[in-house]
Amino acid sequence: MKDFIIPVRERDMGTPARSGAPVTLTIDGVPVTVPEGTSVMRAAMEAGIQVPKLCATDSVEAFGSCRLCVVEIAGRRGTPASCTTPVAEGMEVRTGSDRVRKVRRGVMELYISDHPLDCLTCAANGDCELQDMAGMVGLRDVRYSAPEGAGLANHFEARDTSGAANPEWLPKDDSNPYFTYDPSKCIVCSRCVRACEEVQGTFALTIEGRGFDSRVSAGGAGDDFLTSDCVSCGACVQACPTATLQEKSVIELGTPDRAVVTTCAYCGVGCSFKAEMNGDELVRMVPYKHGKANRGHSCVKGRFAYGYAHHQDRILKPLIRERIDQPWREVEWDEALSFAAARLRGIQARHGRKSVGVITSSRCTNEETYLVQKLARAVFGNNNTDTCARVCHSPTGYGLGQTFGTSAGTQDFDSVEQTDVVIVIGANPTDGHPVFASRLKKRLRAGAKLIVIDPRRIDLVKSPHVQAANHLPLRPGTNVAVVSAMAHVIVTEGLMDEEFIRTRCDWDEFQHYADFISDPRHSPEATEMLTGVPATSLREAARLFATGGNGAIYYGLGVTEHSQGSTTVMGIANLAMLTGNIGRPGVGVNPLRGQNNVQGACDMGSFPHELPGYRHVKGAEARAVYEQLWGVEIDPEPGLRIPNMLDAAVDGSFKGLYCQGEDILQSDPDTKHVAAGLAAMDCVIVHDLFLNETANYAHVFLPGSTFLEKDGTFTNAERRINRVRRVIPPRNGYADWEITQMLAKAMGADWGYTHPAQIMEEIALTTPSFAGVDYALLEEKGSVQWPVNDASPEGTPLMHVEGFVRGKGRFIVTEYVATDERSGPRFPLLLTTGRILSQYNVGAQTRRTDNVIWHAEDVLEIHPHDAEVRGVADGDWVRLASRSGETSLRAQITDRVSPGVVYTTFHHPDTQANVITTDYSDWATNCPEYKVTAVQVSLSNGPSEWQEDYAAQAANARRILPAAE
Amino acid sequence: MSPEKMVRMANQIAIFFKTQPGDDAAEKIAQHLSDFWEPRMRDQLHAHVDAGGAGLDPLVIAADARIRTTTAEG
Ligand code: SF4
Ligand code: SF4
Ligand code: SF4
Ligand code: FES
Repeated sequence: MKDFIIPVRERDMGTPARSGAPVTLTIDGVPVTVPEGTSVMRAAMEAGIQVPKLCATDSVEAFGSCRLCVVEIAGRRGTPASCTTPVAEGMEVRTGSDRVRKVRRGVMELYISDHPLDCLTCAANGDCELQDMAGMVGLRDVRYSAPEGAGLANHFEARDTSGAANPEWLPKDDSNPYFTYDPSKCIVCSRCVRACEEVQGTFALTIEGRGFDSRVSAGGAGDDFLTSDCVSCGACVQACPTATLQEKSVIELGTPDRAVVTTCAYCGVGCSFKAEMNGDELVRMVPYKHGKANRGHSCVKGRFAYGYAHHQDRILKPLIRERIDQPWREVEWDEALSFAAARLRGIQARHGRKSVGVITSSRCTNEETYLVQKLARAVFGNNNTDTCARVCHSPTGYGLGQTFGTSAGTQDFDSVEQTDVVIVIGANPTDGHPVFASRLKKRLRAGAKLIVIDPRRIDLVKSPHVQAANHLPLRPGTNVAVVSAMAHVIVTEGLMDEEFIRTRCDWDEFQHYADFISDPRHSPEATEMLTGVPATSLREAARLFATGGNGAIYYGLGVTEHSQGSTTVMGIANLAMLTGNIGRPGVGVNPLRGQNNVQGACDMGSFPHELPGYRHVKGAEARAVYEQLWGVEIDPEPGLRIPNMLDAAVDGSFKGLYCQGEDILQSDPDTKHVAAGLAAMDCVIVHDLFLNETANYAHVFLPGSTFLEKDGTFTNAERRINRVRRVIPPRNGYADWEITQMLAKAMGADWGYTHPAQIMEEIALTTPSFAGVDYALLEEKGSVQWPVNDASPEGTPLMHVEGFVRGKGRFIVTEYVATDERSGPRFPLLLTTGRILSQYNVGAQTRRTDNVIWHAEDVLEIHPHDAEVRGVADGDWVRLASRSGETSLRAQITDRVSPGVVYTTFHHPDTQANVITTDYSDWATNCPEYKVTAVQVSLSNGPSEWQEDYAAQAANARRILPAAE
Repeated sequence: MSPEKMVRMANQIAIFFKTQPGDDAAEKIAQHLSDFWEPRMRDQLHAHVDAGGAGLDPLVIAADARIRTTTAEG
């Protein structure tokens, strides 16, 4: 298949698109029809006429400061700026008269007189709009020069000819690891400032001073980019027309000559990117304007943190060892694969068919995941397949499946533009799903209301120009009680949408539910003591959600990772149905998925009880599809889930594991139990980029490929199937799907896929919701949202529009049950966990990039009150202990967390927050209860003994013998 | 899996279905266990019930007999 290569520079329409009634005008005699509100500049672009411009770009609203884009309009005086002039019916525009040419040349002359003329050695040479515009307006000479004897009147020379310092000159700001700010090249067009405000929503930049003294400034006085509020999203860099804000990678490697469209491999937003190439080198990643999830925006991870692909820690040759106390031996692929295959087959011969299993990766492509579960079902002959989605969103699958009939979010991300009231519960979008957060903040700045339900005061609660109407700081573990109390208010105050409930939901079940939820024990007043949420603010929030217009709920792992995770998801579904907020734009229930392909991994049959497309293995019909195609018998019994695999390993009945692209030792709860399970196995195969923590217990290491090195698809949180395209050859020699296929073949399978497109064909053939998906369609549409079938051949942006997938929506009774994990005298605090913007999951990738500058270690957030009684000062080493284990890390004192609650992240293996977390889990799905652990905090001197032992063991386990001659 | 852990997991399931309308909680618990618990886990539960079912919610014990019987081979 041909690469999907597009030119580096996309057409810049000058100003953002509008939607409105059609308006027809003529531009240079060419008639053109555009929506009302469109600028003359954009209309001209539509007609194929480019008006010169500097301060306008289509990612931000026009500002009208440079006056390069002037035009003449019949019947109007003067030369209006085309970027700020809206079209009108019958308007006649001339873009190229002598008069406007003269104005433009004059403008350009002024700009160039204060700009260094070092174009040939400038990083943006060939990629600079100032240069282009000078050419376009035909600038030939610059008449201005510094006045005699008055020093320099420019910004770009550090010293004048006499050697005196130029007070107007400012040095380059190199503080950000990924881009530079060189004030001497700035034309003060303010595109960067507007991008930071409108696109990113961070408001880190301002224009300081006036006239000739105006400067772009990050943060306040004395700040540089790094110390300012800047979150390094790069929107300003992308918007800058000159080399003033410039990627360091471009400075180093030169400008790109072509671009390949692909998809970010970090979070579940699934941003589309142009991977911009210079020869075979990746020069930069630029978010793709036509990407439907991100609309041209990205965060620091996707745009900048791809350097791990070339990190020295990356393992490129297969490794094997007999026992895990031995050093690794580097071998050829054949040897590694036959070693692995022989071990797995040997285990099965000794311990039975069900003694081995797989873990698929939510970071790998759909095609790769599909093959790994196929390996278990068709080659191992069992259903022992699970995925890390187990530990994050399995309750979403169960909860939404039970209530709505399908295991996925109901909307697309564009939907947020039409929402009026948003509930964000158990999610921290500005850190976890940054591009969605930017889109949400834009909507909030336009007037939508926000309700945050989270134990921590997350950034969204209050940030520049955004403030939550209500923040309900609940005690960890009381989600069900809070969600039920909201439903109680809505039902008892008669705020529900009865019409919707009568027509769309099961009325009998609703009545039962209404009886249940109306009971005073669910009232906010009754649950206040338990949840810590003041009844009045809960009532306010419930009323706002029920009556404020389009209501949308976005939730994350703070909902699912609880012993009542599935019940909370049902409670959320109930809230949406009660208020009629399902089945149109601006509403819905939206799980924010953690890793990039969590949705896809679930869709592809990674779960032990479900074949691809969420069909239970007990169903003979679904099994028959695969039995026929694969020529094997499929086990009708569910297989082991990850925690069950580890339990069975400790019990001795589970002995072999193929783990692709996951680091269960670091990411799964109760590290000691995971380690014991792994240590009890006879064959652990880790397939990853790096010798991760799990690999310390592995016998075979198969080097994996990065998303830059392979073809495939990812499915994001909005069910959108996006293409991943290979931009560089796999440094390890093979794409991951090829490696799984080689392992299957070594075990006797006769697979013969030569391209992931063929795997997708098989998926489409066997999975009804993917029936219409193929690579040709993806090439044509860019992306599609499943279901894609005869009924909706171009995909399904909104679910449950006419009726629920399961028919009638089901209200399910959600009784609050306190978790067994309770604080008590020994462990008086509750620990909850999360993540931050710059790091991703276990950090295996992001820790191997410059992102570490923002987060070099995990810290423990603790309330000043709790810190004081323990004598803990900011920055102190503290010991964090639960009944599972203990670790040490530094404390950070903050009132973001409530008294009684502490918080940390799990990005770094040397802290290992999961030593602390317990084996408690969601009742329905065994999703671990990461979000609540009873702990104690006390002062300590440094790393715990366990941490030191662990570090020693890890170092020992990572030894590699030099390759044999 | 430790017996305590198994008992806790089974009881958690019982607690949910207990709160649901209807008088078929045992049936629903059995269904859930059949659909999501791997045969090894179900066997362990059977054995525990046979040995007196210490700690188990009575509904789990009632459900046990209705759990889908598994195919033998391990
Ligand atoms: S990188 Fe993003 S956050 Fe930082 S200044 Fe630029 S636009 Fe603002
Ligand atoms: S830094 Fe770039 S975008 Fe910002 S004002 Fe200067 S030239 Fe314009
Ligand atoms: S990490 Fe998420 S938000 Fe950031 S660029 Fe990647 S997909 Fe987009
Ligand atoms: S582009 Fe219109 S005024 Fe600058």
